[in-house]
Amino acid sequence: MDYSQFLSMPQEIGLVAVFLLVFLYDTFMSKKVQNALPVFTCVVFGLFTIANVFFCEESCSIFGGMFENTQATVAIKAILNIGMLIVLIQSVKWANSEYMTVRRGEFYELLLITLFGMYFMISARHFLMFVIGLETASLPLAALIAFEKNRYESHEAAAKYMFTAIFSSAIFMMGLSFVYALSGSLYFSDIAAMIFGESSTLLIVALAFVIAGVGFKLSLVPFHLWTADVYQGAPTPVTGYLSVISKGAAAFGFMVILVQVFGSVYTVAWKWMMYALIVLTIILGNLFAIRQRNMKRFLAFSSVSQAGYIMLGVVAANEMGLASLMYYVLVYVLSNLAAFGVIGAIENKTGKVMMSDYDGLRSTNPWLSFAMMLAMFSLAGIPPFAGFFSKFFIFAGALSTGDVALYVLVLIALLNTIISLYYYLLVVKAMFINKPGENGAIETFKSACSERLAMIVCVLGIMLVGIVSCIYTYLVDAAETSSALFNIF
Amino acid sequence: MIWENILIYFVVIPVLTLAGLAICKNIKQVRAVSVIGATVLMALGVYLLVEFLQLRAAGVADEMLFCGDWMWFEPMNIKLSLGVDGISVAMLLLSCVIVFAGVFASWNMDPLPREYFMWFWLLSTGVFGFFIAIDLFTMFMFYEVALIPMYLLIGVWGSGNKNYSAMKLTLMLMGASALLMLGIIGVYFHSSADGNLTMNLLEIARNNAIPHEWQYFLFPMTFVGFGVLGAMFPFHTWSPDGHASAPTAVSMLHAGVLMKLGGYGCFRIAIYLMPHAANELAWIFLVLTGISVVYGAFSACVQTDLKYINAYSSVSHCGMVLFAILMLNTTAMTGAIMQMLSHGLMTALFFALIGMIYGRTHTRDIRKMGGLMQIMPFLGVGYVIAGLANLGLPGFSGFVAEMTIFVGSFAHADLFHRVLTIMACTAIVITAVYILRVVGKMLYGPVHDEHHRTLTDAVWHEKFAVITLIVCVAGLGCFPNFFNEIIYDSFAPIIKALGAF
Repeated sequence: MDYSQFLSMPQEIGLVAVFLLVFLYDTFMSKKVQNALPVFTCVVFGLFTIANVFFCEESCSIFGGMFENTQATVAIKAILNIGMLIVLIQSVKWANSEYMTVRRGEFYELLLITLFGMYFMISARHFLMFVIGLETASLPLAALIAFEKNRYESHEAAAKYMFTAIFSSAIFMMGLSFVYALSGSLYFSDIAAMIFGESSTLLIVALAFVIAGVGFKLSLVPFHLWTADVYQGAPTPVTGYLSVISKGAAAFGFMVILVQVFGSVYTVAWKWMMYALIVLTIILGNLFAIRQRNMKRFLAFSSVSQAGYIMLGVVAANEMGLASLMYYVLVYVLSNLAAFGVIGAIENKTGKVMMSDYDGLRSTNPWLSFAMMLAMFSLAGIPPFAGFFSKFFIFAGALSTGDVALYVLVLIALLNTIISLYYYLLVVKAMFINKPGENGAIETFKSACSERLAMIVCVLGIMLVGIVSCIYTYLVDAAETSSALFNIF
Repeated sequence: MIWENILIYFVVIPVLTLAGLAICKNIKQVRAVSVIGATVLMALGVYLLVEFLQLRAAGVADEMLFCGDWMWFEPMNIKLSLGVDGISVAMLLLSCVIVFAGVFASWNMDPLPREYFMWFWLLSTGVFGFFIAIDLFTMFMFYEVALIPMYLLIGVWGSGNKNYSAMKLTLMLMGASALLMLGIIGVYFHSSADGNLTMNLLEIARNNAIPHEWQYFLFPMTFVGFGVLGAMFPFHTWSPDGHASAPTAVSMLHAGVLMKLGGYGCFRIAIYLMPHAANELAWIFLVLTGISVVYGAFSACVQTDLKYINAYSSVSHCGMVLFAILMLNTTAMTGAIMQMLSHGLMTALFFALIGMIYGRTHTRDIRKMGGLMQIMPFLGVGYVIAGLANLGLPGFSGFVAEMTIFVGSFAHADLFHRVLTIMACTAIVITAVYILRVVGKMLYGPVHDEHHRTLTDAVWHEKFAVITLIVCVAGLGCFPNFFNEIIYDSFAPIIKALGAF
């Protein structure tokens, strides 16, 4: 075994180093400086993120092709890092709250481990590796969801998440066993070569199982039933993490599997499966979101429908689709985390999470409502904010195949943006137009420095990521240099 | 460099004004910044006009002048392309005038004047950006930038059933823009036969590569997308509610400029880029817009709320714009552009006056008002002038525009076009009915409400706004040839494209 291979995975090594530093700090530093642990984590992870953005350009395939780094994986990992950093900054205040102090070390360690798992999901080119990544990413999350152990909902959410995670993994592995039966290998490239030109029932069933298994992670309808309860019950920083990072990683891994492994049955099978899933996801996610009054449940259903939009990049199955998918994930990370940042700040201060509590927020907390408004506009896809550009490119990506069926799909998706605009505007309306209720608006308060910093990062991102075109250009480059993925077509 | 192009300043100035407003502390500063912004913009508009005319006089016959290209999103070949022809120049001037008047019309905005003006200027940014862009992506982006501020402007500062109206307006317009987005991406992917896809209007028109079967799909998408904003039947229902609930200056800007975005977009994107489908499918939309014209006018007759009357009148007149564009000949299209200018100015005037009257009487119900001419003669006279312009009295802009439209429409020799034209002509008569009815009831006759006798006439900033607009309406009516010269050259390429089929 050639140990120098490990040097070809600098991002994973870096992340392990961050993890070890946090672990050592947590275990060995004296009581006096323990309170600085959250800030320490943010700083270390921040440095890691910056290093990542600038120094990782190498493509390689190691461990006999089980693990692959391309420009695209580097890019998506960098995007996840940015999201992770925002989550970390947002959670500083929460982690310093009284009943968190003894356990916050674990919180950060578990969080970093899940990210490590996602790295492997992204880079894996062998199903065993993928499953290990998947499990490493999901199981610690159950512990994180149960972190507020004095809250009943937190337990309920963790149990629900645990069961669905296990169930979906089981289904996924069922599919894998069928694939193995057909091809006799678990390497992506081998499987693709073996099943080329085949479209037996067993293959279709295997494909359906794989899609269902990952569909749970992405909370695509009809595999979304856990989403709202878990989002509502989990601590807000964890909800934010779950809704963006976990989803982004799964979406990328999903696209790699579908394109690279099952590319040969694109037109026969999975295009139509994804077609149906996207239509269901977008429509039902939107319709359910309209009725929600709890902000976290509301964002849960909004993120269900957003997952449908992300899947449009998958169904395009070309470089442009991949680039748009990554770009969409980036914008979605920033917008959704801005929304969760506001919700978290208000929840930390007042414990209020209902939409009606936001009535008249503008008069008392203008900056918070401004950030929330930008987040909503960006999620709804309104220019000049980043969400508009990401929606435009994901639609353009889906249409770039020239397939008439996809025109219909995009039309459906576009008409659904109007429904989504309606419920996003409900939040804006509550904050800007509605008069405060009987109990008065949420009183004016100063949010913590960390929360404000995270919000500023998100708001700047929302305003600039779209207009500054080099980001999208870079992602397209990254997708094109990784085009070995698409050779199978 | 991008800063060497004069056109970009039409966006830069509103953005700077926006930034200036963000640091304002009190209403005086807010007013000062807004007035400075509007004045500079107005000066820039006039300067552009002069430059444009000089270039044309010097024999520069390019389709678009002041063109410029800056690469934006390289992978999709999306550029920030700017350029204007006569029509855009006219539209830019119109927008400048209405923004200028709108600032004065919202002088005493309350509450939150700073936020109000910020949204107002964001809306203006979108409008100006739309008219200077010749790249589909940029145009579409600015188009949506112009739409969303309406929600908050109506929702926060509006009156009456404002929540409902604001939501309805936003969702209907955004729904239209969803169709439009699909249309634009579709056009993009068929923009070139040799794989050099482009978003640039001129290049797409030059390539003329959109296959006919795709045109049948993309033309309705884009035409309806813009047509909703142009209040095309049956998608006009946002307009009366929206206008009735909006604050004065927003109604002015919306009816005056935003609805013109619809007509301009139909003309510039739908018809220009897809001439084949335009020839083939025009009849469907002619019927729909014909209904808009007549139905809008009839609806205005039965309304009692001043703003509703005017909003339905807008439906009728904007319908006329689309109707004329769809006639697909130079005369009718010239009329359409004239009508856009004329309707923009006089509706803005109308809404400004209605806002001023409403601010005093606190009612817009014409049954509760009477004899206002004795009480507030300036506003009364202004209203009569606006009304006369609206019903097409010679000497004002409306006459020239409508005359040209109907002459152009009647030039079609077939029965279908002629019958439609005659039916649309009846709208002129109906317009006279509802205008004169309002003028008679509200301005003349006995004073209904003794309380009204205590009211005062317009103050200086109101007079200023009104006079600005009246001068423009009369100017357009008295010197139509001047405006005709500005826009006339612009029709040649589009007529050529249409004639090629």
